[in-house]
Amino acid sequence: MANVRIPPTLRTETGGSAEVQAEGGTVRELLADLASRFPSLGQQILRDGDVAPFVNVYLDGEDVRTRSGLDSQVDERSSVILLPAVAGGLS
Amino acid sequence: MPSYRELLQSVKDEIQEIDARHARELLDADPTVSVVDVRERDEWDEGHLPNAVHIPRGSLESRIEQAVPDRTQRVVLYCAAGNRSAFAARALGELGYENVSSLAGGFTDWKRNGHPTALSRTLSPQGRMRYSRHLLIPEVGEEGQLRLLDSRALLIGAGGLGSPAALYLAAAGVGTLGIVDDDVVDESNLQRQIMHSTATLGEPKVESAARTIRELNPDVQVMAYRERLTSETIEQILADGWDVIVDGADNFPTRYLLNDASVWHGIPVVHGSIYRFEGQLTVFKPGDGPCYRCLFPQPPPPELAPSCAEGGVLGVLPGIVGTLQANEALKLALGIGEPLVGKLVLFDALSVSFTQLEVRRDPACPVCGDQPTITEYVDYVEFCAGARGG
Repeated sequence: MANVRIPPTLRTETGGSAEVQAEGGTVRELLADLASRFPSLGQQILRDGDVAPFVNVYLDGEDVRTRSGLDSQVDERSSVILLPAVAGGLS
Repeated sequence: MPSYRELLQSVKDEIQEIDARHARELLDADPTVSVVDVRERDEWDEGHLPNAVHIPRGSLESRIEQAVPDRTQRVVLYCAAGNRSAFAARALGELGYENVSSLAGGFTDWKRNGHPTALSRTLSPQGRMRYSRHLLIPEVGEEGQLRLLDSRALLIGAGGLGSPAALYLAAAGVGTLGIVDDDVVDESNLQRQIMHSTATLGEPKVESAARTIRELNPDVQVMAYRERLTSETIEQILADGWDVIVDGADNFPTRYLLNDASVWHGIPVVHGSIYRFEGQLTVFKPGDGPCYRCLFPQPPPPELAPSCAEGGVLGVLPGIVGTLQANEALKLALGIGEPLVGKLVLFDALSVSFTQLEVRRDPACPVCGDQPTITEYVDYVEFCAGARGG
């Protein structure tokens, strides 16, 4: 089970949890498992089996786009961060 | 006990001296020679050898390693007449410096022989007092402080992030601060926007900010732009010339617009964003790392991107993130440390944790990539609204 960090804007989908666990040998499997545990989270971040383009996925501090994408290998000590852009600053 | 004259003579017998003509030849032939002026500040201010560093005799032993780390380096020391520098040369010998000469006849002889001199721009006595804690830091010092006073930082937003960033940059003596904001001070701002106050409710934020900054540091010139950042206004604002931009905007169209403009103008952006208890911080430096579009090619749909006005924010969070933005801007202005280029920092106020993520430039980025497809301003509201379907 790897740890997945949920961004604040998606925490309503995980019942308020900032960190949840999911299983899988690759990022793709791990996100599928995450979506099965939290279906509404899956609807937000997955598009036709892919990650929505506005969500960055970091595996151990690196963007999976710069590794093997969703096929990047995950193990039990892996830390995954889901990260959409945040607008806020001034208002 | 020897008299002063006898002591001086014995010291001069021990050290190497070089006269003005030979020193000039040496310095002309080898620009790597370190020249150290050991006189007092008021003497230095009236003129000195070109390319000399100033370390008053009283601080020589404690500061020479910073200025000349290599003890085999050729060093020429001078004072007004060659006496203080003789004692200084002996002290450096005791510290293990192997190749030290004292300029015989000192600055007086150098000048009398018509060799070149330089006048340094210096801080006023008042400036030296105000910025004394900076002057004590070798990485800043007078040179760095003068650099800050010459620096121009543009703040996008005089709100949660802009408040602490502007205050610390002003306090640090960043000479010109531009502030872009079209809003007025509202009571709901005061929980975090510390540049404004109950007394300035209803005032344009740029005016409230300018007054606060003036009261904090009259050295700072404030350029207030009471307008919204658009494709038209951004060109006029950037035409005023900025070394760094501190981005504290509250919406995606402004952030993408600012990104594209900063890439095209080659101006680094210190990015900060906040939501509830968490903040993001990074530096986009054109030509030397990724841009905002490399990091986030698309904004999230509106339901996943509530602003602070919609989702709330812990009042101190912009204080922390905005202060870190000021830190990055000062590092860029001084050319010290490692700015967060290619590194995104996530801060969580509840766990007090900082997580650092790698961000790489995307060679396929439509703006800063190898073959850019966006080369002029687009409709940013439409671009960001397009993400709704995405």
